[in-house]
Amino acid sequence: MSTLSKRPVNPVVGASEPHESAVGHVTGRALYTDDISTVRRDALVAWPVQSTQAHALITALRTDRALAVPGVVRVLTADDVPGHNDAGIWGDEPLFPTEVMYYGHAICWVLGESTEAARLGAAAVEVEYETLPSVITVSEAIAAGSFQGTPRVSRRGDIDAALSQAAHVFSGEIETSGQEHFYLETHASLAYYDEGDQLYVQCSTQNPSEAQAVVAHVLGLPRNAITVQSLRMGGGFGGKETQPHGLAAVAALGATLTGRPVRLRLNRTQDITITGKRPGFQMTWTAGFNDDGLLVGLKASMTADGGWCLDLMQAVLSRALCHFDNAYWIPAVEVHGRIVKTHKTSQTAFRGFGGPQGVLLIEDVFGKAAPALGIDPAELRRRNFYAPGQATPYGQVVKDAERMPKIWSKLLESCAFERRQNEIAAFNDSHAHVKRGLAITPIKFGISFNASFFNQAGALVLVYQDGSVLINHGGTEMGQGLHTKMIQVAATALGVPRSAVRLAPTRTDKVPNTSATAASTGADLNGAAVKNACDQIRERMAVVASGLLGVNPADVRFSDGAVTGLGAAEQLSFAEVATAAYLQRVQLSAAGYYRTEGLHWDQESWTGSPFSYFAFGAAATEVEVDGFTGAYRTRRVDIVHDVGDSLSPMIDVGQIEGGYVQGAGWLTLEDLRWDTSNGPTRGRLLTQSASTYKIPSFSEMPEEFNVTLFDEAHEEGSIYGSKAVGEPPLMLALSVREALRQAVGGFGPAGHPVTLASPATPEAVFWAVDEARAATQAATTQSAMTPGTTTQGTSTAAAVTTDSEQPPSLTPERSSILANP
Amino acid sequence: MNEHRRPVSPRTNESAIPNTDDESTSRALPGVTVNGQRQLLGDVASHTTALNWLRDLGLTGAKEGCAEGECGACAVMVASPDGAGGTAWTSVNSCLVPIAALDGQEVVTAEGLGSPDDLHPVQSKMAGNGSSQCGYCTAGFACSMATEFYRRGRSEPEPESPCDEHGPNGFDLHALSGNLCRCTGYRPIRDAAYALGDPDPADALAQRRDRPAPAPVATDLRAPDGRFVRPGSLDEALGLMAENPGATVIAGCTDWGVEVNLRGRREELVIAIDQLAELRTLRTVTGTSTPTETTTGNTFIEIGAGLTLSEVERDLDGQIPLLTEMFPEFASRLIRNRATFGGNLGTGSPIGDTPPALLALGAQVVLVSLDGDREVPLDEYFTGYRTTVRKPTELIGSIRIPLPLAPITAFHKISKRRFDDISSVALAFALQVDDGIVTRATIGLGGVAATPLRAYATEDALLGTRWDEQTVAHASAVLGAEGTPMEDHRASAAYRRIMLSQALPKLFAQAAEGRVDAGEEVSL
Repeated sequence: MSTLSKRPVNPVVGASEPHESAVGHVTGRALYTDDISTVRRDALVAWPVQSTQAHALITALRTDRALAVPGVVRVLTADDVPGHNDAGIWGDEPLFPTEVMYYGHAICWVLGESTEAARLGAAAVEVEYETLPSVITVSEAIAAGSFQGTPRVSRRGDIDAALSQAAHVFSGEIETSGQEHFYLETHASLAYYDEGDQLYVQCSTQNPSEAQAVVAHVLGLPRNAITVQSLRMGGGFGGKETQPHGLAAVAALGATLTGRPVRLRLNRTQDITITGKRPGFQMTWTAGFNDDGLLVGLKASMTADGGWCLDLMQAVLSRALCHFDNAYWIPAVEVHGRIVKTHKTSQTAFRGFGGPQGVLLIEDVFGKAAPALGIDPAELRRRNFYAPGQATPYGQVVKDAERMPKIWSKLLESCAFERRQNEIAAFNDSHAHVKRGLAITPIKFGISFNASFFNQAGALVLVYQDGSVLINHGGTEMGQGLHTKMIQVAATALGVPRSAVRLAPTRTDKVPNTSATAASTGADLNGAAVKNACDQIRERMAVVASGLLGVNPADVRFSDGAVTGLGAAEQLSFAEVATAAYLQRVQLSAAGYYRTEGLHWDQESWTGSPFSYFAFGAAATEVEVDGFTGAYRTRRVDIVHDVGDSLSPMIDVGQIEGGYVQGAGWLTLEDLRWDTSNGPTRGRLLTQSASTYKIPSFSEMPEEFNVTLFDEAHEEGSIYGSKAVGEPPLMLALSVREALRQAVGGFGPAGHPVTLASPATPEAVFWAVDEARAATQAATTQSAMTPGTTTQGTSTAAAVTTDSEQPPSLTPERSSILANP
Repeated sequence: MNEHRRPVSPRTNESAIPNTDDESTSRALPGVTVNGQRQLLGDVASHTTALNWLRDLGLTGAKEGCAEGECGACAVMVASPDGAGGTAWTSVNSCLVPIAALDGQEVVTAEGLGSPDDLHPVQSKMAGNGSSQCGYCTAGFACSMATEFYRRGRSEPEPESPCDEHGPNGFDLHALSGNLCRCTGYRPIRDAAYALGDPDPADALAQRRDRPAPAPVATDLRAPDGRFVRPGSLDEALGLMAENPGATVIAGCTDWGVEVNLRGRREELVIAIDQLAELRTLRTVTGTSTPTETTTGNTFIEIGAGLTLSEVERDLDGQIPLLTEMFPEFASRLIRNRATFGGNLGTGSPIGDTPPALLALGAQVVLVSLDGDREVPLDEYFTGYRTTVRKPTELIGSIRIPLPLAPITAFHKISKRRFDDISSVALAFALQVDDGIVTRATIGLGGVAATPLRAYATEDALLGTRWDEQTVAHASAVLGAEGTPMEDHRASAAYRRIMLSQALPKLFAQAAEGRVDAGEEVSL
């Protein structure tokens, strides 16, 4: 067992601890960026002027009328930028654009004495446009040849041979919508020059170091002139990985030019219309199976909607191209990925980061193929799991592959899968208008940043003479409980009670050059760095204690605030040893550092071992669909998930449940709609508020929700044997989509392949039900569809054989392959 | 039927709000009691929301998550009349309410519920249960949860509830339907709510319930951005309206607040009418008691336009099953605690949830002005998209629902989300079947035209025919052709249309399974 993963006796990690700020949350005392801003009475308020065109040149920008509005102090424009006018890191995101690239694009910012003054000032800014052609949908972009970034291919084996020899070949296409993060706290920054004339920026960011870098290049300052703090965020989910930094730069620029603090908080509409989202993907696939239901090959293409600039899309595409296999062995693979450029908000990180789209692709394959193959979907999925020793299409051996079938059978048993399947079959037989469905899906998710160099972290740990401990680390708290885990890690490593450890806000002047808190790596990377710092201090203190206790330093033990020696009668307190160390002039602080070992990645050949390990899990979801309306309820969800040896079980269960529901929102409810018409508001986001963009509420909460942490889960080589948990559970929500497919299938003839749009809103489910019923009608009347029957969208049901006892003919599927090479 | 409130006494001043305070002179200055301490409004702008005012006081627990009453991050507790002479703690979206509208009222925020060293039972359960992750929504949840914690009779067995979303402690999950959380998936919040006990008898907020809620206070706040007036009486309100035809009349602000926050609407004069006693009665009127009645026949239930949906829900206590079915589908508890029947009709929106139900109930709208009252059948009230027959000098005084009710009623709301959503289509049915023949049929529709509609053609297709599958199939085809559904981000036109034709078969199936609200004879 590695020193990193080994737990001492009486560890503080592993205890179910509430969130470290829970008491602050419930009493309203926990502060967020804009709460801090309210006490800065002298702060100016920044308000954006947003484009009313999807794509246009700005031919005139007049600010005179805005400056005449009482309370307006200044209008920030490109002319004010002393450094580099760019909000990102690739150089393709002008902070103050001369060419607007999407409807809502922030053009310039008005500073006012109040929100009202700034708002009225922004309304008074006059913008003239020269309209340019715009591309809104993925299909339009493909037709227009509007691409960005580098296309990539994941290849293994001879796909054409595999598909031509396959006993069964199916094809399909699916276009999945994007997703708005809808963190409850919208983007916020507060910038001012502090008493040391240092530019201080409090920013709601997952990546303070990048905020610092962007502020520095916009202002033309070295990074050491700027300190960025991220106290806590009201949710992030990836939406605050790159998106806050241009906003922080606007506040910093305003503070620099006016000498006043500048407060910037987007309201919900601005947040939704200005900042990036999860990209929609348009995907086509052709999959071959043998007679045993084993996948023999997958040929697919993924076209990601990249929005107006590259942002993180290249990396998102990478993760999609590393996750279309999910938990399944696919001998032959050819999957193409590319990114289109559209006149929409940027498309950025969002929990899962391309993984969900990849997993959706392969689960769509199984969901469509199972009825046609006549194999139960759960059994079909199980048969295709990776066996130990097998490698992913990109060549990484799937470590701990045996965990997947173990989790699977544990879940089947704990959720009484077979019994409930039978009950559901009986229920469906006796209910014409309501059908239930139960589906189980797996997740295997690679942990580490795909780009190896990000996999490093730092920490700063301070022990005071009274034995109290203050820790800093480079990770940010967005609600995921990272700080709680880090306190537990530090308390464990130093052998002190949790109450002895306090955590200070994340700041760039404490730990430099940090990576974003992203890719689920927060606890892995920062935990190892915190432990490294604590280990250094503890080893020094052990030497001091060994002298006091009369034992060898190797025989000194730290536990629960007491310091003991093997065989020594005397017991010292941690504080006594700290005081003694100080008096002996022994350093009681340490900078910790960690880099993940063993990672490599070649993006040209699309091979390597980019992941430290894989997180596994499975979910079984039962739904009930109303055939009259397509409305549905989630009756029960059971999850078994692998978090390694949990650092903090309540936190981990919270991540699993919350991730599942957020994923269910993406797959069933959340529906980004853009104006694709040629009207005057082309490109405008139509669902730009909480009343039109619906995230899950209490009514989407599973009525019964059972989460179990997989118990044979020690992860060798990771902090105290734990695993990352932030992202993988989101993809467990594929089980709700597949359960809906099962329930819809209940309205159709046996073997009816259900095509389900994504998101599977009640309307989308209704059309699928309608199609299934039409298939039933066709099957029973042995005739063409009755006039008057409604159909909508792709009508593959029409191709279903009229004999409901037989699987549908595969011929049309094959012909579609030939037509779509 | 019991009379829950005393009868309306129009044009009298007996219920007028006192303009001068008889207890202390400080009441003359506008102010709000926050967490037990009176805070003067000072030179606050007339459009300043309660949320922004509280945050400027340093009470930053309440947050702005959406600024339109959808997320509940701004929820606070307000002391409201409980209908029985005491006080009910009521959760309110502070982002929608101008602070001027709370003049004289009592507000409790998460900071006032408890402190880190002395957590409130709700806070303690939430903190210990993993109910918060990022914490941004949490203070709002705590306030919504606390109001339900203090609901009188909560832990007594619910006799008949419109849904099964209740905890073993009687906690009604709908109390949290207007609060969004993006992190937890809600399960730990539900578990915390369902684990709550009863309030300690010594709990100050529990004790507060025994005393009357603060009386309404007449307010006239003049600020550079406009004037906010809460008139002392209905006559005063009508007079102001007559003098200022351009004035905006507000009640719960659940619609107007969105306009102010999201669309920058500002008004020179706002007249708040929601606390006028004349508009806050709920009663059953029999033929002899009101000789002035004209068209409604002898007996009806009259709902004051200024009552909130929550108050009507509480006071009707299930007497109108169609409304009982509608209430939990109407927005969220946070909205229902402020939104009024009058407001929902006053906006004239085609997608309000009460109009289809009230149309099916054959409701009449009573419009009052200084010139007197007039009664308008609801199906003649709407004239176009957000326009009605109401004149600028008129107020909606009440809504009258004729008795007896039809025995078969149902409310079908089609929306993406079951709680807290706007309908893409809403249908309400009120039918009577005697000896197998449909003898009464009124159907209200929302979301399929520029106004709420009565489905007359469908009603005609049903009336006098046998209530069977054949009739349903025929009438469904007629219903499917009613209205002119549009395509928008909520639904396609095709889906809206087919939802119309699916509704009668659904109702028929529900009736066959005994799952519709069977109206009871109303005892007089």
